[in-house]
Amino acid sequence: MHFNSGYANDALWLARRQVKALQRYSRVVCSSASCTAMIRDGYARLAAGDELSDLAGRTFELTEFLAGLVFQPGSRDDVRVAYHATCHSLRSLRLGDTPRRLLAAVPGVELVDFRGVQECCGFGGTFAVKNAATSEAILGDKLDALAESGCQVVTAVDSSCLMQIGGGLSRRGSDIRVAHIAELL
Amino acid sequence: VNEFAAQAETALGDRTLRANLTAATTTIRNRRATVVAEVPEWEALRDRAASIKAHVLDHLSAYLQQFEAAATSRGAVVHWASDATEACRVVTGLVRERGASQVVKAKSLTSDEIGLNEQLEAAGIRPIETDLAELIVQLAGDRQSHILVPAIHKNRREIRDLFNEKLGAGLETDEPAALAEVARVYLREVMLEARVGISGANFAIAESGEICVVESEGNARMCTTLPETLITIVGIEKLLPRRDDLPLFLRLLARSATGEPLSPYTSIWAGSSPDGPQQHIVLVDAGRSTVLRDPVGRQALRCIRCSACLNVCPVYARTGGHAYGSIYPGPIGAILSPQLANLGKHRSLPFASSLCGACYEVCPVKIDIPEVLVDLRRRIVETEQGLRPEKLAFSAARLAFASGGRIALAGRLVRAANRLRLASVAPPARAWLRSRDLPPFRDE
Repeated sequence: MHFNSGYANDALWLARRQVKALQRYSRVVCSSASCTAMIRDGYARLAAGDELSDLAGRTFELTEFLAGLVFQPGSRDDVRVAYHATCHSLRSLRLGDTPRRLLAAVPGVELVDFRGVQECCGFGGTFAVKNAATSEAILGDKLDALAESGCQVVTAVDSSCLMQIGGGLSRRGSDIRVAHIAELL
Repeated sequence: VNEFAAQAETALGDRTLRANLTAATTTIRNRRATVVAEVPEWEALRDRAASIKAHVLDHLSAYLQQFEAAATSRGAVVHWASDATEACRVVTGLVRERGASQVVKAKSLTSDEIGLNEQLEAAGIRPIETDLAELIVQLAGDRQSHILVPAIHKNRREIRDLFNEKLGAGLETDEPAALAEVARVYLREVMLEARVGISGANFAIAESGEICVVESEGNARMCTTLPETLITIVGIEKLLPRRDDLPLFLRLLARSATGEPLSPYTSIWAGSSPDGPQQHIVLVDAGRSTVLRDPVGRQALRCIRCSACLNVCPVYARTGGHAYGSIYPGPIGAILSPQLANLGKHRSLPFASSLCGACYEVCPVKIDIPEVLVDLRRRIVETEQGLRPEKLAFSAARLAFASGGRIALAGRLVRAANRLRLASVAPPARAWLRSRDLPPFRDE
């Protein structure tokens, strides 16, 4: 949040603490594509050289990590799920359809398509409050597309996007619920 | 003050405009995606183009001197302008010397950037735009809202009414062919009479002194060949080293801009010839040297003005171009305009992005727009003076994020504030709560 909002010094302070806190772990698994991208790409921009770069190679986004394992998801009651491909999962981490493939393997999960699946939800951290009206307009189109899809649950690999989408769904009084992908896997 | 947010309100509240914009940008976006998919080596082409442009920027003064020598040896007169005022003075002076009271203009963003039309008018010279969309914007006394399609915010009916009012067209139909015919008849006459033409340049070739202009209509070709004098306004970042570099850039530009394999008209010329216009070239800096000094921001100067980033941008699609309040709108405008003004203007633009990264993905010269946006935010935040509430909030958030225990404590405070409805008092929360609820914040 600090880095993307222009507060690089605060971000560097936090990044150093993070690196220190995680130094004794050989693998770090992160339930957010956006946070993973910050560690991988953002840290190198905050501090040139090796200071923060070591963590990048040990940090994995959850689905990226699971895809590398023999992983047996549990089964669920039948549910129609819309998978929202978040910006950082697609364009920073390049996860492609990895999360979707994991979801498709869950017994009971039926994946449904919707318009503009690869388009931003309009969150963008402080963008959502600095340019609230624009953020809402982008979100509105996303909510319309989800409503048309007939899904019961919308999922993603980023909680921040789900906070935006969930906040909008709740305000509209929609029955669609949001769930982080970890909850479905 | 968030100028962008304020200026965006108009477009966001206009459902017709938003529908028009979404339809138009989606059409161009899809066309681009189709023709890019036809080129398997697209990524390699992007890499090559980015490195050629980066190389030119690294050796810009040498290439500019080479260009000046080559263009001069072929009979052109090269002028240098360090800022907008100087550039306008040079152009106005040249037009005056020829005693012309009006000039025809091919589409030129650089001329708009330096405010040339206003300066010409102030000197009693009437500039006439000959690009169809630019003509529409000019007749309407409006502003451009897109780099490539400046009248993207206007529909056919509005254009028909405008032509009826300003050109006495007497049209009932709003068929595109009929509208184009009105413009053709009007512009043909204007161009045959013109003694001075003004053009921009898509590319300028250092080794040969050549200028290259691409377009869809053929009007720029008439503008640059019919008059006795041609004045070409060239931003100094438009240089390419060799003529052999052109095919690469022409492919990338056409596919990225209009979704065509090549643009319908590609004009390349150099110097003056006995049967063509006398050539004057004005090399314009206007802030570019300053941009060049920034290690992150300088990549914005690689831009070839294709506008692919506008057509994929979720923000641009909702707000349109006017919200940016700058000649260069959209993602590229958000990084170029504030930098050209040395951060003295357009300071809200770098924040007008969700950092979704769609712009970077389509950029034919691989400008990492999100990277530059974030760095500009840093530069702007670091130059803000005093103890601003936002700065304090970020310091507080930094301390709150410092450990798991503190994050849990902050979570409890947020939940308590939520229960007491205190959140609705703080401005950021108020902005959030306009159309969104807060998550339930379950206890772990």
